[in-house]
Amino acid sequence: MLAQGLLLTRQSHVFLTLRQEQIDRVHNMGISIDKQFGIHQHALQLRSDRASVLANNIANADTPGYQARDIDFGEMLKARMGERSDTLPMNASSTSHLQNLVAAEAINGLKYRNPSQPSLDGNTVDVDRERAEYSRNTMEFQAAFEFLNGKIKSLLTALKGE
Amino acid sequence: MSLMNIFDIAGSGMSAQSVRLNTTSSNIANAESVASNTDETYRARHPVFAAQLQSAMQNSPFDFAADQLKAGAGVDVMGIVESDAPLQLRYEPHHPQADENGYVSYPNVNIVEEMANMISASRSFQNNVDVMNSAKQMMQQALTLGR
Repeated sequence: MLAQGLLLTRQSHVFLTLRQEQIDRVHNMGISIDKQFGIHQHALQLRSDRASVLANNIANADTPGYQARDIDFGEMLKARMGERSDTLPMNASSTSHLQNLVAAEAINGLKYRNPSQPSLDGNTVDVDRERAEYSRNTMEFQAAFEFLNGKIKSLLTALKGE
Repeated sequence: MSLMNIFDIAGSGMSAQSVRLNTTSSNIANAESVASNTDETYRARHPVFAAQLQSAMQNSPFDFAADQLKAGAGVDVMGIVESDAPLQLRYEPHHPQADENGYVSYPNVNIVEEMANMISASRSFQNNVDVMNSAKQMMQQALTLGR
């Protein structure tokens, strides 16, 4: 009888610690929808932004003097995620030296494309290349969409608890 | 939502290319429109394109907001200019429009150039249509998020 009683208390103890672990885990996880979506929400937004940059290049394919532009996707994604970029800081011998100055062309993340065969009127749009980039960007938009959609689906499954 | 901008951008491209097609067709149609003096003769017309800058008016250039790409807003037709190329004077003394020396001035339309322009304009138009179509697909897909 005593042995049985001991066994019971041990079991309930194990049960209780298990419960406590679960509660701790839920508290530590802190269901954050922002974290759950992760990189994909930024990627999707940036893909649609890049689509408008490329569409602008294609629309200006016949504009004299227009220079094709594009963004550094990885760099911009890091900026939107709030991460530091890969650029190394300059060596400074004094605290009054300015650090982390933004380059003029990096203010909005747009860069100029290296022209492969610029035309005489100064236009640097290569329509074939822009179209290829645009289609690729669309596919990558769809990929980012699928990832984000999957995240939302799994969240919904967790919420429904079926 | 930047996908909405694409409709404006591709739309401005299509409208600019259609202006170009219009001038081309006008040039080809008037390629043989004669006049008795050089002032009244039809001259080839060509549109002048310029890139639209949306950000110049709306936000300051030192706006550091990282979530706004200032990609521009498509293409703008700044105006239509008449060609300065010399008119063709042909000696046709029996033509009713001939001047006192027997010359008739024909327009300075270069048909070969106009045909090349026409093909280029219609290709560019198609490119813009394709861009708009895939932007539409992307938007429709984005609307089904979470379904």
